[in-house]
Amino acid sequence: MSKIHVTTKINGDPVEYLCEPDETLLDVLRDQLGLTGSKEGCGTGDCGACTVTLDGRLVCSCLVLGAEAEGAEVGTIEGMAEAEALHPLQQKFIEHAALQCGICTPGILVAAKSLLERNPDPTEEETRYWLAGNLCRCTGYDKIIRAVMDAAADMRKAS
Amino acid sequence: MALDSKTTQDVMQFKVVGTRPLRPDGIDKVTGRARFGADISAPGMLTGLVLRSPHAHARIKSIDTSAAEAMEGVHAVVTRRDFPERDLDEGTADVLDNCMAGDKVLYDGHALAAVAASSTHIARKALKAIKVDYEPLDHVTDVDAAIQPGAPVLHQGRANESVPEGASPNIMARYEFGHGDIEAGLAQADRVLERSYKTEATHQGYIEPHACLAQMGPDGQADLWCCTQGHYMVRNTCAEILGLAQGQLRVTASEIGGGFGGKTTVFLEPVALMLAKKTQRPVKMVMSRSEVLRATGPTASSSVDMRIGMTKEGIITGAFAELRYQGGAYPGSPVDMGAMSAFAPYDLEHVKTIGWDIVTNRPKAAAYRAPGAPMAAFAVESAIDELAKGFGLDPLEVRLRNAAREGTRASYGPTYPAIGLEATLRRAKDHPHWSAPLGPNQGRGVACGFWFNFGGDTCVSLNVTPDGTVTVSEGNPDIGGSRASMSMMAAEELGIPYEKVRTIVADTGSLGQNEVTDGSRVTFAVGLATIKAARAAKAEMCKRVAQVWGIDEDAVEWKDGAAHPAGPNAGTHPPMTLAEIAAIASNTGGPIAGHCEANPEGAGVSFATHMVDTEVDPDTGAVKILRYTVFQDAGKAVHPAYVEGQFQGGATQGIGWALNEAYIYGEDGLLQNAGFLDYRIPVASDLPMIDAVILEIPNPGHPYGVRGVGETSIVPPLAAVANAVSEAAGVRMASLPMSPPKVLKAIRDS
Repeated sequence: MSKIHVTTKINGDPVEYLCEPDETLLDVLRDQLGLTGSKEGCGTGDCGACTVTLDGRLVCSCLVLGAEAEGAEVGTIEGMAEAEALHPLQQKFIEHAALQCGICTPGILVAAKSLLERNPDPTEEETRYWLAGNLCRCTGYDKIIRAVMDAAADMRKAS
Repeated sequence: MALDSKTTQDVMQFKVVGTRPLRPDGIDKVTGRARFGADISAPGMLTGLVLRSPHAHARIKSIDTSAAEAMEGVHAVVTRRDFPERDLDEGTADVLDNCMAGDKVLYDGHALAAVAASSTHIARKALKAIKVDYEPLDHVTDVDAAIQPGAPVLHQGRANESVPEGASPNIMARYEFGHGDIEAGLAQADRVLERSYKTEATHQGYIEPHACLAQMGPDGQADLWCCTQGHYMVRNTCAEILGLAQGQLRVTASEIGGGFGGKTTVFLEPVALMLAKKTQRPVKMVMSRSEVLRATGPTASSSVDMRIGMTKEGIITGAFAELRYQGGAYPGSPVDMGAMSAFAPYDLEHVKTIGWDIVTNRPKAAAYRAPGAPMAAFAVESAIDELAKGFGLDPLEVRLRNAAREGTRASYGPTYPAIGLEATLRRAKDHPHWSAPLGPNQGRGVACGFWFNFGGDTCVSLNVTPDGTVTVSEGNPDIGGSRASMSMMAAEELGIPYEKVRTIVADTGSLGQNEVTDGSRVTFAVGLATIKAARAAKAEMCKRVAQVWGIDEDAVEWKDGAAHPAGPNAGTHPPMTLAEIAAIASNTGGPIAGHCEANPEGAGVSFATHMVDTEVDPDTGAVKILRYTVFQDAGKAVHPAYVEGQFQGGATQGIGWALNEAYIYGEDGLLQNAGFLDYRIPVASDLPMIDAVILEIPNPGHPYGVRGVGETSIVPPLAAVANAVSEAAGVRMASLPMSPPKVLKAIRDS
């Protein structure tokens, strides 16, 4: 089985890699590129822990092949903060204690950022439905929803 | 906050404890930098994968690994034969058999071989090349079916001496608790309710699958990195199974992506070490989600028969429960704790519980948050609710009339010190939730819950650095913010800012034995040890200062982060701060540290009352959670945000257990829903906000009054939701989960 050569952009950086035809984008990110912030919770697209953006679209990277990133722009949790400045969502997650174990946090943050890019003023219900594909077993979601709504409010004020 | 009990903790003025500082691992966890079990690799690493049984029950006639071993890129194959024949205690022998089957596979997913290969691709192919000759055997997965005459037998002669002669060979143990004369008690009742209740097995559902990385040299020195609730337990268990010296095996705990009790045992670790030993290469193993569901610790399913007698005034005159839990393929279901906790919230003259520990062809049950208690509470709290409503009584008032208090002899033996049940009930009655109006097809349920809490072996080292900052080393994986709590307690005791303390989770080579993160013990026991370690460091610093000032040690006291002269003979000296003392430590006797090694008693039992509103769709049977409030005694909430988080998370897991979650086995004995699509845990859109009301009735067994809070919150929701759904649907729901088809059928049959 010969490998496929892929040229892509990850968090703004140009990246090239070779991947097996059946290798997932998640495995490439984690095992080849050392970007272990995206997590594998299920491998079947049910838990959202591996959530990344592909050309701005929210995807489960366990359901995307590494080869599909050819020519695309991939955004992962590692690209969310700018140098020392955390994204407002990241800051609010810490302030609201919106994580306990933190395994789902990267996927939820990537998904929440994508929500706020599309809808800067989501209702609680819209936030809950947008994040329904991201499982969290620790928090009961209460503090996650509050953190996202609070970050949205701050971001609206700042813009 | 109202305190219902007066102890020394009432007058303590906290500066750090009770605030909500940012957790020290927060930035790592929101940036993706935190390293969990599967996030580490090593040079030359191999991938390990496990071969699992496709049968519910079968004799292994032979395993032929030769073809797999001959494959290019395959470095080792292990089976049970590779593990040394050792004289293991029964519990550890079962752990080994669960990690690597011996003569029989006992459930769908049971491990029986493993490979280490240069890539995952090759490892997968190698698994397929292993030839196993099985002799399939009859199987049983239902707890009640397992004790019928003629049921397939898992183990012969394993029952302990508590099991009466002639009982089913699938019964492993019998437990009995209580006091009084149950028949005499029931005879005093105006009504005796007899009802049976069933719950299905549920999984802890941590989002992080089990993962580890093992290395072992030819000299027997080994290193293991893994996600676990207790790396000291991993060390001891693996060393015993593999015949290693405990001191030669160093285990480092990764960040842990949830556990809820399910990571208090080992599954992959002994296998990874054996593969590493055989290959002399690092071996990494990571489970898939289906492996997690098929082969790691669900909790027991249960079947409970209840008889409760009540007067028309709402006084419980007698209470009896017989509990049958299946704990999977090995002894050790949590039925003992179910039988102990069932009636723990109530002050009863005549009470008795009997528990039966039963084996079936399912994965070995592991601890799950207050193991055994939620199912028992489901039965007890449902029955009390039904009786109370039958008499037209307020269900909260009935619980108050029977509530255990300080001095009550608990149904499982001990007499309670100051406890918080009554406070949670009173707060619930006064809460606006209790009097809020309900609409059509809506119902409100309440239920109480209890958990024992625990202390356990604990070792903490607190080190003062030369610049006057402080490092706390503890040995318990931080599963929900405990490093923040330890830093807070150390800062409180030393009188320095929270930001000056950093708490780390040390590896097994750095501290003495630490019990696993279980029993809601960490904030209590590790907190207590942290406070005592800080006190030891303060005493040492006072000694150093006494030396500098040339006065007696007793003439120096510690206040607000500094040593002060105290008493008539101390003279006048300007206070010396911790940083000033640290800076000259080298000249006053060397580094400054405090230690505490303890096995603290006095964990302080915990109680909660939950209140929930549900709406039932009469056309589909679907249940919507409209509103949820948790009232729980935390003793003293060290970091209230993380206490609320425990309340909210436990309630949500309980909601999942009540409404959706269940292990579904086919006639073939195979698990039919081994994935998050079909094993559906609550998602954000299923839930409202979960209101968390913290009560603080100080625990006399902890210097700051802390009680564990992690587990109690999953005990009441099963019954609270069932009571709400029963009211909304107009029919008593006595079997979980209350999935739409089941609710619809109950409505139509009523």
